[in-house]
Amino acid sequence: MSKMDLLQGTLDVMVMQTLATMGALHGYGIARRIEQISGDEITLNQGTIYAALVRLQQHGWIAAKWGTSENNRKAKFYSITSAGRTQLADDAAYWQRLNGLMSRLFAPKVEGAGS
Amino acid sequence: MSALRRFAAAVSALFRRESLDSDFNEEMDAHIALAVDDKVRRGMTPEAARKAALAELGGVTASREEHRDARGLPFLETLVQDIRYSLRALRRDAGLAVFATLIVSLGIGAGATVFSVVHTLLLRELPFASANDLVWIANNNGEGLSDRTVQVSQLQELQRSNHSFSGVAAYFAFYSIGDFRFSRGSEPERLTAVPVTRNFFEVLGVNPQIGRQFTEAEAAFNGPLAVMLSHAFWKSHLGSDPAVAGRAITLNDRTYTIAGVLPASFDFGAIFAPSQRIDLFYPFPLVPETSRWGNTLSMVGRLRPGVTVEAARAELAVHCPRVNREHPEWNAFNPYAAPLREHISGKLRPAMYLLSGAVFLVMLIVCANLSNLLLSRATVRGKEIAIRAALGAGRGRLIRQMLVESMILSSAGALLGLLAAVAMTRFLAGLETQMPLLSQVRVDWSAVGFTTLLALATGIGFGLLPALRVSSMELQSAMKSGERGSSGGREGGLLRSALVSSEVALACLLLVGSGLMIRSFLRVLDVDLGFQPSSTITIRIDPGRNFPDAATRWAYFRDAIQRVNAASGVDYAGITDSLPLGTNRSWGAPAKGVVYTRETFPDGFVRIIGGNYFQSMGIPVVKGRDLAMTDNAGSKNVIVINETLARRLWPGEDPIGKVMRPDKDREVVGVVRDVRHLALESGAGNEFYIPFWQTNDFGSVNLVIRGRLAQQDLEAVVRSELRAMDPALPLSAFRSLQDIVDRSVSPRKLIVTILGGFAGMALLLASLGIYGVISYSVTQRRKELGIRMALGASGAAVRGAVLWQTLRLVLLGLAVGLTLAWAGARALSVMLFGVTSSDPVTFFAAVVLLLAVALLAGFVPARRASMLNPLDSLRME
Repeated sequence: MSKMDLLQGTLDVMVMQTLATMGALHGYGIARRIEQISGDEITLNQGTIYAALVRLQQHGWIAAKWGTSENNRKAKFYSITSAGRTQLADDAAYWQRLNGLMSRLFAPKVEGAGS
Repeated sequence: MSALRRFAAAVSALFRRESLDSDFNEEMDAHIALAVDDKVRRGMTPEAARKAALAELGGVTASREEHRDARGLPFLETLVQDIRYSLRALRRDAGLAVFATLIVSLGIGAGATVFSVVHTLLLRELPFASANDLVWIANNNGEGLSDRTVQVSQLQELQRSNHSFSGVAAYFAFYSIGDFRFSRGSEPERLTAVPVTRNFFEVLGVNPQIGRQFTEAEAAFNGPLAVMLSHAFWKSHLGSDPAVAGRAITLNDRTYTIAGVLPASFDFGAIFAPSQRIDLFYPFPLVPETSRWGNTLSMVGRLRPGVTVEAARAELAVHCPRVNREHPEWNAFNPYAAPLREHISGKLRPAMYLLSGAVFLVMLIVCANLSNLLLSRATVRGKEIAIRAALGAGRGRLIRQMLVESMILSSAGALLGLLAAVAMTRFLAGLETQMPLLSQVRVDWSAVGFTTLLALATGIGFGLLPALRVSSMELQSAMKSGERGSSGGREGGLLRSALVSSEVALACLLLVGSGLMIRSFLRVLDVDLGFQPSSTITIRIDPGRNFPDAATRWAYFRDAIQRVNAASGVDYAGITDSLPLGTNRSWGAPAKGVVYTRETFPDGFVRIIGGNYFQSMGIPVVKGRDLAMTDNAGSKNVIVINETLARRLWPGEDPIGKVMRPDKDREVVGVVRDVRHLALESGAGNEFYIPFWQTNDFGSVNLVIRGRLAQQDLEAVVRSELRAMDPALPLSAFRSLQDIVDRSVSPRKLIVTILGGFAGMALLLASLGIYGVISYSVTQRRKELGIRMALGASGAAVRGAVLWQTLRLVLLGLAVGLTLAWAGARALSVMLFGVTSSDPVTFFAAVVLLLAVALLAGFVPARRASMLNPLDSLRME
């Protein structure tokens, strides 16, 4: 099975969820975390993480601050804001509903395909 | 909320590009360092780790681009890029850019000016509260003032018993210019005051800026004297003193109370009496005494909410005949009602349509011209475009970039044009013409909005064609054929020729239209006025005070006439109560002993004259004798009539010695030529002249002086004579008869001038277009022409060939233009005077003019072609 491409908008939610569970992280850390969680099912062009980060920042859902990593590298650390948590809750509810809907929609077809 | 926040952040990001980029670069460095650390820890060599990290990232440059797009407004940024690129491109072609901007500004300036005029005259609400509910109510809607006005009793009856109007007001239409003498310092001055009914300003919805409306007491007969000041008078004569209300002001040696000051937005002259400066208003009493004066009032009514003009008309159509039946002792009132705006500028509607149409044609020519210019430029730029396309610019992007260029040109032109329009409207508003509302014309926000739309439309209008053509050019051939090259050279040439032919057609339309109007104007000027306006001046000389008796008054004016008559340089001097082309009043003019019905009862314009009036005006006496000083209170009552009245009263008979009854029995002693009293365009009506020394019934006295001196010198002579006679007489307002005539044709002149200007513009633009296309084609055909000349064709033959090419373009345009003009000119016929809409002279002149200009424009490149050195032109390839 080939690797998945990401749906428009999903990356933003993944980034926020990652920050919500892991606390402050730098861009590389976020990218690695998402790749690990996905069990390497998605390939991230890690660069796209930064586009998502700037978008979220402009919305005021995450905040950024320069800091130092555990191995003493200067890096920009991102953390979720309270507005971001509210937004994330909304998004999570949406994804869960969509998830339920999609599985019901595809249920017979998946059975039939069988393989 | 967060969307707004993001937009604000995105906009601010546009302006912090460098700091954001450097921040991002640091972040990239950090990212790579972290990734390399990670991979080295897991056992990779530093070099391999670095390579892998970059691969996972997807490239620093690509990431940065993505980051920029995400944080900013990519659409806006490309636009900014396009604009930058266009500005650079235009700077390289500065000459063309300046030229194009000027042409656009010419068109848009004209467009915005005409829009402002049309908007003010036809569209913008009059400066009254709910102005669309105001209705002009006139009697008969006849030509003379007496024939249009209404008697006081009729107004009162209408006020009492109508259901359509919430108020009906009126002004006294027979006020005369300069009725009030006002002294400020030593120099006495004449002011013009309009008597109005007490409710006049209330009905119009005009509130005094300072002070109050008139009171009932002030509007009573012989009530306390009160005046309302116009804003302009208050500003110019009382220094905008905010405390004037309630103060006293001395006019004609009597003391008036200042009731208030009207707002600046109310300009009585601009609306009801174009070109007149009205300084004051005072209450006109509605009483039996003023009713005895006959038809004197011009009325304005305000419709009740929900009542239409048609409904009001229907009511008047029932009301008036009933009142006429019940009160045969009153003057009949045959109502005519129209929306106030219709009354004020309705007559100018065709002229406004004409100007709008003309300016639209000019805009089309401007667009065709610029389209052409950009097309030729696009061909020259073929290589540049091809390179851009080869480097990956899509067709959409190319079109967009070309449109951005034309938009820049049209916006710059619009900006300049708007400035020009501001200057032009200022100029127009300052003109002293008898065009209503013109003094109110200005560039307002709606004009700015219109200009913006116009700029947009123009930009697309002239940019689209070149943009589409450029973007469809084939890459390879464009690259190969270098500067000259487009695969569609022939097709492009056709397009450009078609554009030029349309320009010629449009210019032809404009030339014919304005030609017809110019010819009409000349015909109007050529009209036999019935008097000679040259070297004659006039000034009002009634002193604005009451004389103790008629004898004293007669002595005063006899003295004035005799003094001026005897002065050196003066040929003739006479007096009249009203000059031609000004106010007029009419009286019944029946022949004695004839029974008339109400329908056939003759009336005529009355003039009260004295001294050598006919000689000073240059009105010839064709039969009988002139009036004389000896026709006075002690002698037989006499009268002089014009030819039209003579024919009307005694057709086929000798009128001399006959008796008629305008006010009392008067014997006809002379017949004079007809005079155009109303307007140059309308013929004379019935006119009669009563000797000044046999009546008391006049409102003002004008001295008319014909002399052999230049106007200033003549004025000085007359001034010193009159000053010696009466130092208190205001003597600043001399006018020449020519000025009076000029003023009466001023609206027509204004429109003709503007139209002529447009036609001139059209001609110029069309000739530029022709020149551009022909000289371009000569450059293109250099090789062919070179071969021809090498094979023995003479310079003249080459010149002829190029001129023939020009002629073909022009003839095609002319054929289309003349057909359109032939069909369209009929729409002008209401405005024409003395020429038909198919006037052959005008059409012929337009054709000759266009051909001449076109051939001149073609001759320059033709000459250049004939002087080609065949060898050079062949070698160029």
